[in-house]
Amino acid sequence: MKLLTGAQILIHTLIEQGADVVFGYPGGAVLNIYDALYEMRGEIRHVLVSHEQGAAHAADGYARSTGRTGVVIATSGPGATNLVTGIAAAYHDSVPLIAVTGNVTRDLIGRASFQEVDIVGITAPIVKRNYFVRQTEALADTVREAFEVANSGRKGPVLIDIPKDVTAQQARWSPGPRFCPRPAPRPPDAEIRAAAEMIEKSARPLIYSGGGVAFSDAQDRLRAFAEKIRAPVCTSMMGLGAIPASSPHNLGLVGMHGTAASNMAVSRCDLLIAIGARFSDRVAGNRLKFAQDAAILHIDIDRSEIAKNVPVDLALTGDAGECLERLTALLPDGPSPQKAEWLHEVLRHKAMNALPDAAGEGDEVNPREVILALQKVAGPDLIVATDVGQHQMFVAQYYPFQRARAFLSSCGLGAMGYGLGAANGAAVGNPGRPVALVTGDGSFHMNLQELAVSVTNKLPVVVTVMNNGVLGMVHQWQNLFYGGRYSSTELGRETDFVKLAEAFGAAGLRIRKRSEILPALTRAFAVGGPCVVDCVIDARQRVFPIIPPGAASEDMIYSEYSEEQR
Amino acid sequence: MKSILSVLVENRAGILARTAGLFARRGFNIESLAVGETSDPTVSRMTIVVDGDAGVIGQVEKQLNKQIDVIKVRSLDGGETIRRELALIKVAVGAQNRGQITDITAIMKANIVDLSPTTATVEIADTPERVRQLLGLLEPYGIVEMARTGMVALQSGNNGIGE
Repeated sequence: MKLLTGAQILIHTLIEQGADVVFGYPGGAVLNIYDALYEMRGEIRHVLVSHEQGAAHAADGYARSTGRTGVVIATSGPGATNLVTGIAAAYHDSVPLIAVTGNVTRDLIGRASFQEVDIVGITAPIVKRNYFVRQTEALADTVREAFEVANSGRKGPVLIDIPKDVTAQQARWSPGPRFCPRPAPRPPDAEIRAAAEMIEKSARPLIYSGGGVAFSDAQDRLRAFAEKIRAPVCTSMMGLGAIPASSPHNLGLVGMHGTAASNMAVSRCDLLIAIGARFSDRVAGNRLKFAQDAAILHIDIDRSEIAKNVPVDLALTGDAGECLERLTALLPDGPSPQKAEWLHEVLRHKAMNALPDAAGEGDEVNPREVILALQKVAGPDLIVATDVGQHQMFVAQYYPFQRARAFLSSCGLGAMGYGLGAANGAAVGNPGRPVALVTGDGSFHMNLQELAVSVTNKLPVVVTVMNNGVLGMVHQWQNLFYGGRYSSTELGRETDFVKLAEAFGAAGLRIRKRSEILPALTRAFAVGGPCVVDCVIDARQRVFPIIPPGAASEDMIYSEYSEEQR
Repeated sequence: MKSILSVLVENRAGILARTAGLFARRGFNIESLAVGETSDPTVSRMTIVVDGDAGVIGQVEKQLNKQIDVIKVRSLDGGETIRRELALIKVAVGAQNRGQITDITAIMKANIVDLSPTTATVEIADTPERVRQLLGLLEPYGIVEMARTGMVALQSGNNGIGE
């Protein structure tokens, strides 16, 4: 039992709960907390960012890539509000994150004091839980509970708001145990049996896996399950890496920019097995037509996701890995000719309907080819972060993710500016592993100040800017759906990304020709520190295929000319 | 000190959360909050019972008045008010002591609205003091569960804040 200040209690408890690094930015209301961080600097690392949004994304990228809990600290008022986009991104993608904000002293609360905002009120809809800590005595247990909440069931962010005087006052503190997530719901045997029967009876099963598979560390069990029932697997963006891209069962991305094979399989299957996925509008653009001929078996840890977006025939509420293990054990070995024929049919379709060619014509730099080259140059350990837009879809479509936790992207919120912070966080959490950020010139401009963080901390982040001078995805939609009226998507900027990189103290390279892709990326990864590679690409590059918003998979557009081709 | 605030608000989604947030932010303790339509379906009346000194109540009143969706706020502390609360109280009783519960409810002008071999559910709509009194009388038998609406109130006679 020790007598400590609230700030010391906070830091001691963060360490006790397993935090080895926090991302943040100091300020008036967190001076005590930063003093305690200074005192404990041998046991916990603080990574100073350029802007609090970058800290929230860094904590998110750290959490997604390591499976641990991300921690971010910001001061009151603007520090706290700058976290909001990052917290919302973590909430959308179920990332365990603890956001600690300082606030003004208790006697100043509610008086519109300097740098005061009601961050508990502001973040209420985008956190699993938030706390306003009124007593120093309650601080340690609040932090412990926050870790438990962030990591129990469906994971997500938690915010702890602490008035400055609560961090100054002393209270008794004694160490407690590391948090233990509350046990996930466990479906009864009868439900597992019913699900197994459904699978046995089906002739054309399709697995649709989401982020829940990685959060449950269930990649091996998913693979064993898919192989046993001979089912093809399509994934949401969050599910990329749940099954190795090289697996013969893998169909790739499903939904709006999904592969033809995935979307065809959704229309043709007679049983859709959704695992840790939520039928978002980017997957099921038309909820009524999505897998309309199939029975749906939904496995999810979050009961509120069941039958939220599409009606289901049977649901297992529980941990993905545990459910898969129990299901696999019940299912018989041995051949099922119908299922084997179905898998064969789907794979034939996959072979005949490949994604658009990744190779550029002549000297042209095709962004898809750059993405494939990243993997060739950096190897299978590479962690790939993205921002939001066309480049993000190219990564989701083309990058061959062999394992989970290697793809960091704001899938649900779709926050441009997410990537560089996330890449920094991943580099901090995975020393020795190469990290790449694939971004666009629009997205990169949103939070490029975080490059200073990569430089200061010598983080080996290779930033590939798909530079086409336009806001590519919006530009594409204006082209397809707004008669080519390019309202405010032609940037007309003069930013020189090579000089910009050098000005920040990073290396800068440029790719103008197809032949420069491999040499430039090889040099970039050899730098061993941050390097920005400006890839000059054509603004007419489009992401295909696309299922227009609200449409069904048969309305898929394969290329700019597909109307005439039919 | 407990105060009653009667608040007329636009009947719109989100106003309840907004009003409650106003109290939460400042750490004011709401004892009860009851909302319902008025004679004008576009207007709701909130009756809020809040604990705090005169300074706190005055501040709350002003903060409420500032909200665009709030039409009128009136503190019902001074003057005559009609105050009522509805409570449903499920008491553990068997055949042997059911008669006592019947007596208590009759004297307190409450009603037994549901009976089972092991429980009786008593309904009372009365002043908060009388509700408390009934609760005190029923407590020795064992209260299984209870639901209370929180207080609603109007000024007596011709006085009112209008709708």
